[in-house]
Amino acid sequence: MADFQQTIAKLFPEATFEQADTLMVNIADAQWHSLAKQLKENPQLGFDYLITIVGMDWKESMGCVYYLQNKHNDVISVKVTTTDRENPMLHSVADLWAIAGIYEREVYDFFGIVFIGNPDMRRLFLSIDWKGFPLRKDYDENPDINPVPTDNERQSDFTYTYVETPDGKVEKKEVRVFEPEDFVVNIGPQHPATHGVLRFRTAVDGETIKKIDVYMGYIHRGVEKICEKDTYPQTLHFMDRLDYFSAHPYHHGLCMTIEEAAGIEVPRRAQVIRVIMDELSRIASHCLFMGTFCMDLGATTMLFYTLRVREQILDIMDRTCGARMTFNYECIGGVMQDIHADFVKDVHALLDVLPANIKEYNKVFTGNVIAKNRMEGVGVLTRENAINWSVTGPSGRASGWSCDVRKTHPYSIYSELEFDEVIHTEGDSMARFKVRLEEIEQSARIIAQLIDNIPDGDYCAKVPKVIKLPVGHWFRMVEGCRGVFGVYLESDGSTMPYRLKLVTPSLPAAAVVNHLTAGSKIADLITIGGSLDYIVPDMDR
Amino acid sequence: MPYDAWKDNEYIESLVKELKDNGTNVIVGSLDKLINWGRSNSIWPLTFATSCCGIEFVSLGAARYDMARFGWEVARSSPRQADFIMVAGTIVHRMAPVLRRLYDQLAEPKYVIACGACAVSGGPFKKSYHVVMGCDQIVPVDVYLPGCPPRPEAMIYSIMQLSRKIKVERFFGGVNRREKMQKEFLESHPIEGVNDVK
Amino acid sequence: MYDFSLIPEAIHAFLLSFLPNWAAVTVECVLIGVVLLLLYSVLALFYILYERKICAYFQCRLGPNRVGPWGLLQSVADMFKILIKELISLKYTDKFLFALAPYLVILASMLTFAVMPWGNGLQILDFNIGIFFLLAVSSIGVLGILLAGWSSNNKFTLIGAMRSGAQMVSYELSIGLSVLTMVAFAGTMSVTEIVHAQENAWFIFSAHVPAVIAFVIYMIAGTAETNRGPFDLPEAESELTAGYHTEYSGIHFGFFYLAEYLNLFVVSGVAALLFFGGWMPLHIPGWESFNHIMDYIPSVVWFLGKAFVLSFIIIWFKWTFPRLRIDQILTLEWKYLLPINLVNLVLMVLIIVYELHL
Repeated sequence: MADFQQTIAKLFPEATFEQADTLMVNIADAQWHSLAKQLKENPQLGFDYLITIVGMDWKESMGCVYYLQNKHNDVISVKVTTTDRENPMLHSVADLWAIAGIYEREVYDFFGIVFIGNPDMRRLFLSIDWKGFPLRKDYDENPDINPVPTDNERQSDFTYTYVETPDGKVEKKEVRVFEPEDFVVNIGPQHPATHGVLRFRTAVDGETIKKIDVYMGYIHRGVEKICEKDTYPQTLHFMDRLDYFSAHPYHHGLCMTIEEAAGIEVPRRAQVIRVIMDELSRIASHCLFMGTFCMDLGATTMLFYTLRVREQILDIMDRTCGARMTFNYECIGGVMQDIHADFVKDVHALLDVLPANIKEYNKVFTGNVIAKNRMEGVGVLTRENAINWSVTGPSGRASGWSCDVRKTHPYSIYSELEFDEVIHTEGDSMARFKVRLEEIEQSARIIAQLIDNIPDGDYCAKVPKVIKLPVGHWFRMVEGCRGVFGVYLESDGSTMPYRLKLVTPSLPAAAVVNHLTAGSKIADLITIGGSLDYIVPDMDR
Repeated sequence: MPYDAWKDNEYIESLVKELKDNGTNVIVGSLDKLINWGRSNSIWPLTFATSCCGIEFVSLGAARYDMARFGWEVARSSPRQADFIMVAGTIVHRMAPVLRRLYDQLAEPKYVIACGACAVSGGPFKKSYHVVMGCDQIVPVDVYLPGCPPRPEAMIYSIMQLSRKIKVERFFGGVNRREKMQKEFLESHPIEGVNDVK
Repeated sequence: MYDFSLIPEAIHAFLLSFLPNWAAVTVECVLIGVVLLLLYSVLALFYILYERKICAYFQCRLGPNRVGPWGLLQSVADMFKILIKELISLKYTDKFLFALAPYLVILASMLTFAVMPWGNGLQILDFNIGIFFLLAVSSIGVLGILLAGWSSNNKFTLIGAMRSGAQMVSYELSIGLSVLTMVAFAGTMSVTEIVHAQENAWFIFSAHVPAVIAFVIYMIAGTAETNRGPFDLPEAESELTAGYHTEYSGIHFGFFYLAEYLNLFVVSGVAALLFFGGWMPLHIPGWESFNHIMDYIPSVVWFLGKAFVLSFIIIWFKWTFPRLRIDQILTLEWKYLLPINLVNLVLMVLIIVYELHL
């Protein structure tokens, strides 16, 4: 860390440094782009992975916190602020990290901060006519200002961009998204293949895709804003409803961040239960992925075979957590209640049937010649692009990028466990499918190590009735079922978070679709979309 | 399935009574019965899901709960061919016109089940700036199904109640209560560019 | 074997006893029409249930079992529902073509019924180019699909229709050639004669290798021809919502739905006719008593039984394989099936010339 500070201080003497859980660099907006260029391209720094951009409103100033990671898994953060609340403007880094384009649109949507140089500055989640920027602290939530729309949404083929002229002025320019002669097919929001309510405006030439414009926000529920109005224990249950397959890992992530901030020690028993639950939900999630993916390709029957295993896992969860989907099981300090008496027996029963089932899946689907033709070489995402677009999780690992948080930043008890990070290098849809299939085996391996060794003791630490966090900010990451789930928590010392930013893996996965599909067939869009395995409520939050 | 087996909903009981009090003639009555038998036993859902409830809806179709037993498994992707929308999940502002459009695209007779807390009332997202507090602000709802998400058993129950409701409808003669309700609703909730197409 | 042609003859004689000839023929035409329609709808309803049950068993489910005993009335309820469902008329569409398309599709599959040999003598038309007629009318269907896709004024339906045009026109070739192979072997295009030629051994046995190849190709092409999985691109649900019939509601959609299943029956019926002897019972030369026992099973049962077994195989395809992509589907046809088919035809000719068949 100190090396980075020295390197940066040498290049940018004006930069100031803070040491929180990561090194935080404060830089003025004018120098931000050149710092970013150094951060990415300087071999001593090499921060090629943009984890997230956190938009912030500190009342007197506004700005962004950028979290970056290099190939040695060092994390660094950069804070860029502006005091102008009327026309806040920062410089874009979309030319350095491809994913920044989408992240900056998100910040613009929530805070109204305009990024100079971003090629596409439309709102991301909210409609064109939305008034105000909801995550600003002075946002007026009166429903009369933004009533439920009774009219079809306005549709525009144009986007706009802000460019800096040589004399320092900023100009707004209109840019065409689709040419007038493009044959634009609207796929979604209600469409069986978009896995929820995502919308692609697809320009096609016959069967070949020319360009895709992704529209999100059809299930944007404003979770980050609601969390600011809830106490810490109340914020937890929203994690179930983001990526409803990764309910346990997401809970784990937020609980861990709050526990770290509050200095709560989690008992060993709770840690073990949490990890078992995480891995169980990973198996369930990957099973459902295989089912729906095969269904998208037209092999409906596979869905029913994979759901069989998922139902078995849901039964285990149901008995211990009391629900099939939204468990709300992991809480601050541990877990809500102790495991069910039959838990160990049930998990053993699951582990016994799992190998036979995986064999069956391979037999039914993976070895099928049509399936191979449909998946191999379709939607190839190279390692560089995976990092550039921040596509994490199984999809990133299928491109040969080692991005498993359980290995790169071991949390909870993962450092003590034996398991392999599944990595394929092909980067096509087949690799993404295979990675998930093999991760089921690895998860089963983790569970097998733990299930007979659940230590006795408390399942939850003693936690004060009212949780107050000290002033400060924390950023933690966990490995959800679809990739890196990050939690940025800023506290002003009260019982409610000042800002809670949730970094979800589905947003980059949806953002990369256009990059992957250009030039392929309509049917490949379904394959690629399915293999990236995004969950729409997860990206929209 | 015997009619009496699901005679446990007071609201529908009173509805049945009201309809029966009006009386009807024999031929039209038995034709009605035949039509209602067909309609109530063949309700095809639209594949529509926004969030968590949609996954439970998938489970409902899977081997364990198997909605095919009741003939509901013919999920149509095109709204023209479906009979009811299971509004499975949160409806947000941006989605509202789309849902309404889908509803208007359905061919008569059409029904709506508000599935899950979000669709019934906004549920856990009550405080949100972007969530519609209940899909009955946009479309007329026939059956409300609470739960977050409702278990598949509950979903089966809700569709059975819908089927029950269809059974006591009137195709010929008399005032069709549902159609009247629907008309009033649509008149009081006009949508530009959607309503005037009809 | 009971000769069913005695029944129409009896009816004809009965009608002639009190009606002039033209009136008798008219009455018979109407009767045939009514019987055909009834048969058509009953068969379609049966097929819908058949597929739903089979696919349920493939997927470890039960399938419809609540409406009527064992769910037998499920598709009847569906029919009642669909009959009285609203027919949506759309703005900015070609209303005439929009309404015409489903009738064309249903007409195509219904006309093929005219030459189907249901049983011994149980055939509406028996003329010397029966097979040719069958191929000709079954390709009217693609016109209906193209019109449906075009007239709906919807991008999805248009893409679906484009796909189906490309697919069906290509696979028509394979069907034609594999049928031609068998016609070359039989030496006739008359349906009755083809069936009678298989009295001693079904063609799949007597013409062995080329017949088996032709059968496999026919089944693949037939599946593609009926737009069923893995070749269901024109209505690929996960890609094009409902493909070419996205905009159709009510009974218009019902027609497409029925035609899909009836085409399934037609394809498997023709396969039964060409390769498995139509209504001809299983005869093994030399086993006189066995052949005699087989003759006791009515010819209608033989024909329907064969058709149902073959359709079972096609349904099996659908619920097992993933869908192909449009370029793969055309590659399969033009680069593999068609050349194999041509070689197969030559092989068949050689076998006929050198009398290598059984």
